[in-house]
Amino acid sequence: MEEKNNESRRNFLDKGIKLGLAAAVGGLAISKISKLSAKSSKNTGEFVELMTTDGTLIQVDSSEIVEVEHTHDTDPKYNVREGMPNRKFVMVIDLAKCKNALKCQSACNKHHYITGDHAWLKVYKMQEDEDTAPYWMPTTCMHCDHPACVTVCPVDATFKRRDGLVLIDNERCIGCRFCMAACPYSTRVFNWDDPDQGDMSMDMHMEGETHYSPEFAGLPSVKGTVDKCDFCPHAIDKGELPHCVTACPNGVFYFGDKYEDTVTNGDETLRLSKLLKDKDGYRLMEGLGTKPSVYYLPPVNRLVDFEEGLENYTEFRSVESEEES
Amino acid sequence: MKNYDTLLNDLAPQKFGKKGVIWTTALIVVIIAGIIAYIDQVIKGQVVTNMSDYALWGVYISNFVFFVATSFVSTITVAVLRLTNNAWRTPIVRIAEIISVAAIIMAGLTIMIDMGRPDRLMNLFIYGRMQSPIIWDVIIIPTFMAISILLLLFPLIPDFAILKKYFKDKNSKLSKWYGILSFNWTGSEAQKSILLKSIQLICILIIPAGFMLQTVDAWLFSTLFRVGWDSTNMGAYFISGAAVAGIGALVAVVYVIRRAYHLENYITEFHFDKLGKFLALACLLYLYFNINEYLIPEFTSKKEEITHLNVLVTGEYAPLFWFVIVGGLIIPIIVLFFKKGRKPLSMFLIGLLVVLGSWWKRYLIVTPTLLHPFLPIQGVPEAWHHYFPSLHEWLITFATLAMCLLIITILVRYLPVIPIQRTSDEQEALELNKKH
Repeated sequence: MEEKNNESRRNFLDKGIKLGLAAAVGGLAISKISKLSAKSSKNTGEFVELMTTDGTLIQVDSSEIVEVEHTHDTDPKYNVREGMPNRKFVMVIDLAKCKNALKCQSACNKHHYITGDHAWLKVYKMQEDEDTAPYWMPTTCMHCDHPACVTVCPVDATFKRRDGLVLIDNERCIGCRFCMAACPYSTRVFNWDDPDQGDMSMDMHMEGETHYSPEFAGLPSVKGTVDKCDFCPHAIDKGELPHCVTACPNGVFYFGDKYEDTVTNGDETLRLSKLLKDKDGYRLMEGLGTKPSVYYLPPVNRLVDFEEGLENYTEFRSVESEEES
Repeated sequence: MKNYDTLLNDLAPQKFGKKGVIWTTALIVVIIAGIIAYIDQVIKGQVVTNMSDYALWGVYISNFVFFVATSFVSTITVAVLRLTNNAWRTPIVRIAEIISVAAIIMAGLTIMIDMGRPDRLMNLFIYGRMQSPIIWDVIIIPTFMAISILLLLFPLIPDFAILKKYFKDKNSKLSKWYGILSFNWTGSEAQKSILLKSIQLICILIIPAGFMLQTVDAWLFSTLFRVGWDSTNMGAYFISGAAVAGIGALVAVVYVIRRAYHLENYITEFHFDKLGKFLALACLLYLYFNINEYLIPEFTSKKEEITHLNVLVTGEYAPLFWFVIVGGLIIPIIVLFFKKGRKPLSMFLIGLLVVLGSWWKRYLIVTPTLLHPFLPIQGVPEAWHHYFPSLHEWLITFATLAMCLLIITILVRYLPVIPIQRTSDEQEALELNKKH
C-alpha cells in the first residue's frame, strides 16, 4: 500500500514538473510572438529603396532595416568539421554545353589565389578512343561520399562533412601526400614551396575572413600541405553559387542541394532527379565505388564543334601568370 | 686454452686501420652534404625536388621501401635459420642483426624526409587515425626496431662479459662499457637458461613482426586504386623481395668484413656456399611473384594495365626494368646454380648486383605508376610528365645510404661481428667429438 502511494506521488511530481516546464516554454513563446507582432505594427513611415537579388526595386520601411550580422564571424553557426546542417551539396556538369571557354578555371584561380602551376579546376580534352568523339570535360573535386583520400589520411586533416563536402585542414596536414596518391581523379595539388599569393592577405580581410578556415581553401595556401577544390562553402554560406558556376558563360555547371532535389546554374533551376534521368546523368569511375557528388551529363547533341574550344586549350598550363591576367 | 686466446684475439673488436678511417671519413662527408641539402629543402620546401603533383612520391619513398626490405634480413636469416636448426648460421647472424638494426633505423628516418611538414610530426600521435596505412607503419616500424635491437643485444650479453675481461688492461673505458652492457653475466646455468629462452622468444616474435612490416609496406601501395599498385599480389611480392634485398646485402657486407678483419678461418667458403643457395632460393621465389605481377595483367590486357606495362617493358623505364629483372634476378639465379658461382668473390659481386637491383626495383614500383593516372595529365608543365630525382634528392638519398653504412661500420667497430662465446662452444663440442 505504502509503495503504491509512493509511486503515485512520484508520478504526480514527474508530471507536474513536465507540465510546469511546458507552460513556461509556451508562455515564453507567446511573449516572443506578441513582441514580434508589436514590432511590425510600429512603422516609422520612412521608406528606403532597396534592390532585390533579381534586380527589382522595392520600398521597405526604415524600421525593418537591420544590419546583417556578418556571416563569417569567428564563431560559426555550425561545426566546420560537421558541415551545414540538413544540406547535401551536389554538382551537375553538362558536357554537351562545355565549349572550353575556361572562365570557370580563371574565376576559380582568381578567387582561391591559385598561383602555382596547377589549377584545381581543370577542363580536360577527352577522347576515350580514336574511334569515339572528343569532348571537353571540366573536373572539380568530386566530393565523394566514399572518399579514398579521407580513408588514408593519417591525421584526419582531410575530412568528410555531413553536407557532402570533403575539406582540408591546412593547419593539420603533415604533407605525406597519401591522399593525392589515393585520389583516382588527380584532383589534389601540393604546395611544393611557399605560395606567392600576391595581395591575398588584403583581399582576405575584404572577404571578411579574419582567420584561416578549411571552408575557404587557398586563404591562405600553406607550404608543404595539400590543396584542392572546396565547393566554395564560403560562397554557399552567403547564399551565392560557387565561383565556377557563376563564371561559366555556357551554363555548364549546376549546383544545388540533393535533399531539396534542385540544382541551378544561375539561369535555370532544375529538378536534380529528373535532370539526371532525362539526360542520362552519370558519375566518373563509378566502378571504383567512390560515390562522387559531381554528376555528368553526356556530351550529346553538341551545339558547337569541338574544334571551337581548341584555341583556348593549353596542354602545359592551367594557371595564367600575373603578366597575362 | 691457447685456441681460445687466438679466437678472442681474432674476434674481439679492433681499431680501424688506415682504410677504415678513410672509409668512415668518406661516409661522414657524404652525410654532411646530405644534411646541408635537407636543411635547404626544409627552408625552401620540397620544390627543390623533382616531384610534382603527379609524381607525388619519388626516390625518398622508394629508398624508404628499400630500407624496410633490407631490414628483413634478421627475420629471414637469424630467426628462420635458428628455428630450423641450421647450425651454419653462427658466423653470419650477428652481421645480419647489425644490418637489420641499421636498416630499420634508416627506414624510420627516411620516411620523414618525404614529409611536407616535418615540423608537424607529432600530429601523427595527436590525431592518428587507425584507418590510415601510414599509422600502421607508425606502429610497426618502432615495434620492429625494438625487437631487432633486442635480437642484436641478447646474444651479445655473454660476449660483452668476455670483452670486459679482455679489455681490462688494454682499454679500461671500453671495458667499463662492455661491463655495463653485460648485465652482470656470469655464465651460470640459470642465466644461460633465461638467455636461451629469451632469444628463442625474440626469434619467434621477429617472424610475424617482420612479415607485418613488409606487408604493411606493401599495403601502403595496394590500398590505393592506382594501376600497378592495386594488386593482391603485393604482400607476398614484398616479403619475397625483402628476402632477396636482405640476403643480398648480407652477402656483400659479410664479404667486406671477412676481408677487412681477416676472418677467413671463421667465415669459410662453406658459409658462402650455403648463403649462395639461400640467396638463389629467395631469388627464385621473388621471380615467381614477379611473373605473377607482370605476366597476368599482360594476358588480360586491360587498357590501363597495358599502358603501365608498356612503359616498363618497352617504354621510358625499359632499361631499368630489364636491368632489375635480368641483372637483379635472372643472372644471380644462373650464377648461383653453379658451385663456382658460390665462391666468395663471385658471391660478393652477385650480392652487390642484387642490392643494386633491389634498390632500383623499389624505384620502379613507386615512380612509373604515378605517371599514368586515370585521367590524362593535362594543364601542367611539360616536366611533370616525367620524373627523375633532382640533385637535392640524390644528395639526401646518398646520405641516408651512407648513414646506414655508418651505423653498420660503428657497430662492427665496437661489437664482435662473430659471436665469440658461441663459436668457442661450438669448437669445444667439435673437439670433444673428435676425441670420442
